[in-house]
Amino acid sequence: MEAIRTEALTKHYKVGFWRPRPYLALDSLSLRVNQGEVFGFLGPNGAGKTTTLKLLMQLIYPTSGQAEILGRPVGDPEVRRLIGYLPENPYFYDYLTAEELLEYFAGLFGYEKSDRRSRASRLLDEVGIGAERRLQLRKFSKGMLQRVGIAQALVNDPSVVFFDEPMSGLDPLGRRAIRELILSLRDRGCTVFFSSHVLSDAEALCSRVAILAAGRLVAEGPLSELLAFRVRGWELVVGGLTAAALERVKQGGRVAQATPLGAERFALQLTLATPPEQIVTELVQHGAQIVSLNPIRDTLEDLFVRRVTDAPMARGLDLEAVPSADRPVRS
Amino acid sequence: MTATALVALNVFRESVRDKVLYNLVVFAVLLIAASYLLGQLTAGQDIKIIKDLGLAAISAFGLAIAVFIGIGLVWKEVEKRSIYSLLSKPISRPQLVLGKYAGILLTLLVNVAVMTAAFYCVLAYMYWMSSPEARAAWLVPAVDPRMLQAVLLIGIELALVTAIALFFSTFSSPFLSTLLTLGLWVIGQFNADFRELGTLLESPAAGWVGRILYYVLPNFAGFDIKAQVVSGTPVSAAYVALMTLYGSVYVALVLVAAVAIFSRRDFK
Repeated sequence: MEAIRTEALTKHYKVGFWRPRPYLALDSLSLRVNQGEVFGFLGPNGAGKTTTLKLLMQLIYPTSGQAEILGRPVGDPEVRRLIGYLPENPYFYDYLTAEELLEYFAGLFGYEKSDRRSRASRLLDEVGIGAERRLQLRKFSKGMLQRVGIAQALVNDPSVVFFDEPMSGLDPLGRRAIRELILSLRDRGCTVFFSSHVLSDAEALCSRVAILAAGRLVAEGPLSELLAFRVRGWELVVGGLTAAALERVKQGGRVAQATPLGAERFALQLTLATPPEQIVTELVQHGAQIVSLNPIRDTLEDLFVRRVTDAPMARGLDLEAVPSADRPVRS
Repeated sequence: MTATALVALNVFRESVRDKVLYNLVVFAVLLIAASYLLGQLTAGQDIKIIKDLGLAAISAFGLAIAVFIGIGLVWKEVEKRSIYSLLSKPISRPQLVLGKYAGILLTLLVNVAVMTAAFYCVLAYMYWMSSPEARAAWLVPAVDPRMLQAVLLIGIELALVTAIALFFSTFSSPFLSTLLTLGLWVIGQFNADFRELGTLLESPAAGWVGRILYYVLPNFAGFDIKAQVVSGTPVSAAYVALMTLYGSVYVALVLVAAVAIFSRRDFK
């Protein structure tokens, strides 16, 4: 059983007052997220990440398609007992203290008063809220509110947790703490689904990612698979390379760039068309020593930029083309 | 404790921390100042005026709380996006709406109860300070328990106003909700006139429209028995019970409509 499954999940909004036009926010999203994994849901601003999360939380209802969490339809009230959710830029009742807020939310899960207290205290410790926990939330900074938001998402020890831009508003120490928290959640068997446009977070944390652009899924899979096979060239580090030998290997445009690293030590970037074995043989013949040879692979950022810029951007729907059935059609 | 009760207590806590109950101080100062000033007036009239003033103030203060808190309850939750975290917890949308309503009712109950107690204290003080001759001139006793009938119907009226404010706040802005709620309240004061519309306009069609409006729109004037209890005119228990039932049924219908709209809403 998957932790999260969506099947052709689609949402379009009506925009405009006098002549409402449909706007496609999410187009037939089909996703599978396995239990116990950290899943990165990536995309530029306005790609449909928050829409997807809101559909999963039933804050908005789908135009068509289905979604399940832990094998149950998202509308099933029992699902709420198994999940945690941190909204983007969270806001909470500012007249409550952090402690009171967590105790209030814990109460909604039916925990006893003493249990609510201990949960609130433990979670606030975990996210690094100290004595401030007894201050009203109106006195909290954005970063502190974000930490409280993460704590409230974990108040029921959820099996699946949804974080919408969890690093937003955090300082470097805070980001590091939340990264460690996400990894510890994974180690405890919790599934973490987080949306972000900060790719370094995804690269550091996720086992699998999905990339969304203009409401449509443009890439999905294990990070290692998405990035592994696309080699853009080679980086060769050599020592004892004389200027004459360097000039000889640069002939024919085989070396895209040569960066000096010290005395007769260079990092050579070879084009993909150049067999590295050939250059290595030549260099050895000229008395150079090979220090390292590594493929230059795509980063997540390269993949992201390529897929997102390739995605079609038109999101308005042709009203004439929308059948009475719910399935929207791109114009 | 159920989710509905937790939400209700949280609304009450919000009212307390947002200093809504400070209005009680204003009420107390108003009554004490009025009783002192009226003490200078003709004997026999002062107690009647203070009763009129007290009941009118309980009604007006309650109305202000019902409208201005009622319209913000759901709207604020949606606008500030606190609803996102809340609805991801095990609480249904109907529970949320009913919890909010129960919370504001609790605030109103505390308000009306404290104001009524203060009102009776002022009346008792005036009775104690008055001479036997002045007391003899009163047509109705100063500390008259029948005023509680008026207070009960004020409470039912406030419960209905709150339900209407909450209903409008499930789909419109606070400004529009205020206008619509107060508009309905004003119309509800003249509800009985709709029944006469056909006769006034000499048109059977207008008569039908008038009758429909009479039955559909809330009859707020029916809850107002302040003048009767102050002047000592008896109000039957059956009438009070009937108006209580009418108010309760109307509240239930309005809340069902509010829940139906709120349950279908997309929180973009």
